[in-house]
Amino acid sequence: MQIVIASGKGGTGKTTVSSNLGYVLSHRQKITLADCDVEEPNLGIFFPCTPETREVSVTVPRVFESQCQHCGACGEFCKFGALTVLTDRVLFFPQLCHSCGGCFRVCPHDALEKASIMVGGIQICHLSDSLTLVTGKLKEGDVRTTFVIKAVRDYVKEDPIVIMDAPPGTACPFIETVDDASLCVLVTEPTPFGLHDLNVAVRVLEILGIPAVVVINRSDDHDEIIEEYCGVHHLPVLMKIPLDMKLLQIQNAGTLISQADPVWFERFSTLGDQILAHAGGRT
Amino acid sequence: MIQVAVVSGKGGTGKTILTASLAHLLPGEKVLIDADVDAANLALLLSPEDYSEEEFRGMDQAVIDPGLCTECSLCADACNFDAIVQSGDIFEVVPYRCEGCGTCTLVCPEEAVHMQKRLTGMIHYARSHAGPLLYGSLMPGAGNSGLLVHRLRQEARLRHPDASLTLIDGPPGIGCPLISTITGIQVAVLVTEPSKSAQSDLMRLITICRSFKVRMFLIVNRCDVNSDITDEIIQMADKKDISVLGTIPYDLNVLDATRRGIPVTQIEGAASEAIHQIAKNLSGELLRL
Repeated sequence: MQIVIASGKGGTGKTTVSSNLGYVLSHRQKITLADCDVEEPNLGIFFPCTPETREVSVTVPRVFESQCQHCGACGEFCKFGALTVLTDRVLFFPQLCHSCGGCFRVCPHDALEKASIMVGGIQICHLSDSLTLVTGKLKEGDVRTTFVIKAVRDYVKEDPIVIMDAPPGTACPFIETVDDASLCVLVTEPTPFGLHDLNVAVRVLEILGIPAVVVINRSDDHDEIIEEYCGVHHLPVLMKIPLDMKLLQIQNAGTLISQADPVWFERFSTLGDQILAHAGGRT
Repeated sequence: MIQVAVVSGKGGTGKTILTASLAHLLPGEKVLIDADVDAANLALLLSPEDYSEEEFRGMDQAVIDPGLCTECSLCADACNFDAIVQSGDIFEVVPYRCEGCGTCTLVCPEEAVHMQKRLTGMIHYARSHAGPLLYGSLMPGAGNSGLLVHRLRQEARLRHPDASLTLIDGPPGIGCPLISTITGIQVAVLVTEPSKSAQSDLMRLITICRSFKVRMFLIVNRCDVNSDITDEIIQMADKKDISVLGTIPYDLNVLDATRRGIPVTQIEGAASEAIHQIAKNLSGELLRL
């Protein structure tokens, strides 16, 4: 069962919720935490360890100049502009290649061979008998975010309960993350920004047919805009985390609030029960 | 024209609030772009009017003609994005997984697959007191955010050739839309906050900006939430030769102004004061470029 913690807007507290939830639930069952925010992964900050690492690579073309007739077929086919065929050589821009494999098929002279390039890695930490952390990390300067997320998902796909920390936004990286999700927990904040981006995420999840629940972070006395929206869209608000300087400081220092304060351990435990019940309703 | 992007790596550090404030405070003819096309919020602080919009078409999408398809599954096997699935007797393209590469059209023996244009998002134009504003929105589930950012910047150049400053509210992360945002700009204003997460994200962002040869300036938002980390960040910036434009204290007036839909610099308070000074510092730096 995969539960995705997401938000639309960045910085609303996805990692706060996923890290504490994973930590607390692992006291009673086997949990895998998966950091799918591979451009800026932060779950590891809360669970320091020495990870086992694996490279994530993609297949790209390499040109055999001796074989190439410079016919232009590959350059004409590539929709991403990764291959430019000149009269005497072929220019390949690896950063633009999506690894679709089409160029190998169109080359009439067998002049392209498959080469592999590294786009990032995954890091695996067995933190305890019941808690494993799998982090995807995109190589700096690369743009193939979704391939690294896919590698994380492939690694955790057999695990019984996976809590995934999603990337911000709702474009390809988010879609790749929620592909097998039983439930999406949307973390928002009671501001016009929070509401706007929550709405974008809710619309995407509706299209994908994934049920959602909401956690309001930095809650104060002005949560109505979120509560009204959730009421209209039948989204259960499962928890509120108050706007509190002390909580912010614990979190900023890289410490789990559920580890620092037993009251928060209990709250995340209750949240975990509710989330598993909502997610279980679907599987 | 000078192009400046406000970026952060980590989301929620205050990019949009800072961009809106700078839009009002920096001198000269400006054009404003919200490049966070997944979650465009800049318009919420600029009270724009005179809206118009135009369709944005990204990559094409594959479509299978069920009348011609013989269910051989060659297209599904060839697709590296798992975008072709069998449902019942027919093969279908899952639109949000299709990258538009066209490989499936190469392998189909019946010519049952063709590529078709698709509406990926919208480009929005509006006018604000701080200058013309361009922002994008993606259709739910659509990709191509990097391409949309590229288009927004292109349109801004074409429509406002006389602007002396392009100010871009950047996306979070370091992937496709961020790279599209900082390609060819002169200045990146990095907004961070004193947390271990933001600090880690900032380091990755600096590596990228450096490889794109972008001049960097740094701002530490909510600096007093953890002054030890703030000090660490400032020391790191010194070492890397990145000038610090200023620090902004934690101030609930920011929340109040955001809820009222105005930049915090239009009300009083400690954060407002700090951002006014930051704008002066940045303006001086831009003149020296």
